[in-house]
Amino acid sequence: MLRRTLIAAASAAALAISTGAAQAQLRIATAGPMTGQYAAFGAQMKAGAEMAVADINAAGGVLGQQLVLEIGDDACDPRQAVSVANQLVGRGVRFVAGHFCSGSSIPASKVYAEEGVLQISPASTNPRYTDEGSWNTFRVCGRDDQQGSIAGQFIAKNFAGKRVAILHDNSAYGKGLADETKKAMNAAGLQEVLYLAYVAGERDYSAIVSRLQQANVDVVYFGGYHTEAGLITRQMRERGLRAVAIGGDALVTNEFWQITGPAGEGTLMTFSSDPRKRAAAAEVVARFRARNIDPEGYVLYTYAAIQIWADAVKKAGTTDPRRVAQVLKSQGPWKSVLGEISFDAKGDVTVPDYVFYVWRNGSYSEL
Amino acid sequence: MDYALQQLVNGLTLGMIYGLIAIGYTMVYGIIGMINFAHGDIFMVGAFVSLIGFLLLGLAGISFVPLALVLVLVFAMGFTALWGYTVERIAYRPLRGSFRLAPLISAIGMSIFLQNFVQVTQGARVKPMEPLVTGGLVLRSTGSIEVTISWMQILIIVTTLVMLTVFTLLIARTSLGRAMRACEQDRRMAALLGIDTDRTISLTFVIGAALAAVAGLMYLLYYGVIDFYIGFIAGIKAFTAAVLGGIGSLPGAVLGALLIGLIETFWSAYLSVQYKDVAAFSILAITLIFLPSGLLGRNEVEKV
Repeated sequence: MLRRTLIAAASAAALAISTGAAQAQLRIATAGPMTGQYAAFGAQMKAGAEMAVADINAAGGVLGQQLVLEIGDDACDPRQAVSVANQLVGRGVRFVAGHFCSGSSIPASKVYAEEGVLQISPASTNPRYTDEGSWNTFRVCGRDDQQGSIAGQFIAKNFAGKRVAILHDNSAYGKGLADETKKAMNAAGLQEVLYLAYVAGERDYSAIVSRLQQANVDVVYFGGYHTEAGLITRQMRERGLRAVAIGGDALVTNEFWQITGPAGEGTLMTFSSDPRKRAAAAEVVARFRARNIDPEGYVLYTYAAIQIWADAVKKAGTTDPRRVAQVLKSQGPWKSVLGEISFDAKGDVTVPDYVFYVWRNGSYSEL
Repeated sequence: MDYALQQLVNGLTLGMIYGLIAIGYTMVYGIIGMINFAHGDIFMVGAFVSLIGFLLLGLAGISFVPLALVLVLVFAMGFTALWGYTVERIAYRPLRGSFRLAPLISAIGMSIFLQNFVQVTQGARVKPMEPLVTGGLVLRSTGSIEVTISWMQILIIVTTLVMLTVFTLLIARTSLGRAMRACEQDRRMAALLGIDTDRTISLTFVIGAALAAVAGLMYLLYYGVIDFYIGFIAGIKAFTAAVLGGIGSLPGAVLGALLIGLIETFWSAYLSVQYKDVAAFSILAITLIFLPSGLLGRNEVEKV
């Protein structure tokens, strides 16, 4: 009995401490694949979020409150994303910069919408994420229909008359991107010779590679993540298939090259023009590099999501997420490390800028 | 025709990799009637140990490929065998007299432990390795596509067949094999007749783990990318193969693995890739309905 009372007293004390802390501090979070096969992106988000929070706190915080960063790990698993979202809500988080995978962001956004949490995804490009009309969903990246239409037109123009295969991994992101690319490519007058789904998470893609060889393809478009795209590209080259590999923004990680090695040479992908090279980012990029972090991929996107949210809170004069959401949509453009960003009524950025990148010799650069 | 031939090569290789892992499942089942669910993760540990071995050799400056392969093989087999022994000693031996499900649950726990341990100590990111064995043979180049078999594929097929032969002989001809078969039939009687059953069972785990290390090394060399999660999927497929072939039978395990590899590959080659696992497991279910003890399994008569 005594022991039980002690435990109750201790947990009450712990609760008191944590709520006490929450009053002086404002909790925000970044959530993404911190573990699992897409952990490389989670690490990018974490790096960007940590730096953004440190910078904002050093400048006096938001509305006089210091930010506290929580990290949520969804492993890109939709079910885990929902439980992580609930956990973050339980810890009193008011804003989430995340998630990474579209398949996670969409179900998590429902939890956040109900619980009054604002969400700005740095990376989820599936149209459904903002199309479903929730008040709380924003993104600082583009959409797959924009990305896919640029990729589709590019393929139709540069590989006119060639044999194109479109592969996807059946994920919200992968299939969405593959379908948009196919639509744009067909509209521009080029039909694919093969449209095929593969199973993510495997290692042996030799059967698919032989199928590509049999179809005698010149171009392979990947709607999927870098792990599988990298493996298939590598196995294609080992088999002597020289088709050009083209992918989406998920290939923007050095891990792609680690998987392919020299086999990845010449791989093309769509991504926003390199934020590291923009004038607005120069100072932050220098500080990342001073800490030995390359602000590649989604580092600056996550930084920008938090930066824009903090500015909107300041402008709104309140942390009330619904009010902040209105301010975000109506009072742009917002200055960020990505440059000036405005949101439309759905929460999408108004001017997406997808360009083509190419992998050469272990690094990627604009085509 | 050439396309089918190429897919046959692909399927054989995949099946042989499953086979190497499946032998480990079936040996342990044969001797103590327990599914060692941690075996897939021991295989994963084997792949990581192999990678570490290659990195150490790289530091030592040994670049002669056959020598490097042999050194890493010995290193990985030794180290992984130690893991197999430790797992058996910690998680299974204390439960030997317990009810049937206890060691099974303990095995699942060990599997989760190994996965998380490797994830924490080695990181969650994929670990790549440069291709070491490259090139291959062109079998036919007249048809629509060139039919090739790489040296790596040949190495995998030969290794699996050699391992199968060696361990079948070991069980059939050596005194250790005789002890193993005795334990399988009646452990208490074997103990009464002076066989150190604990030692025999430990050795079975050690051998199974060493085989898993061979599979891990082949996997690392062939696919070039590993992570802490590879043991799960490969383990499930290998376990299925062992059941399909008749659990307890070494040739059965390899036969079952070949079938699974070929079904997966040919299904992916001609039909929808997404349904290949459905196909493989449906065939497993159908086989077990008509042959409950698997393709090469013996019908166990439970004596009262």
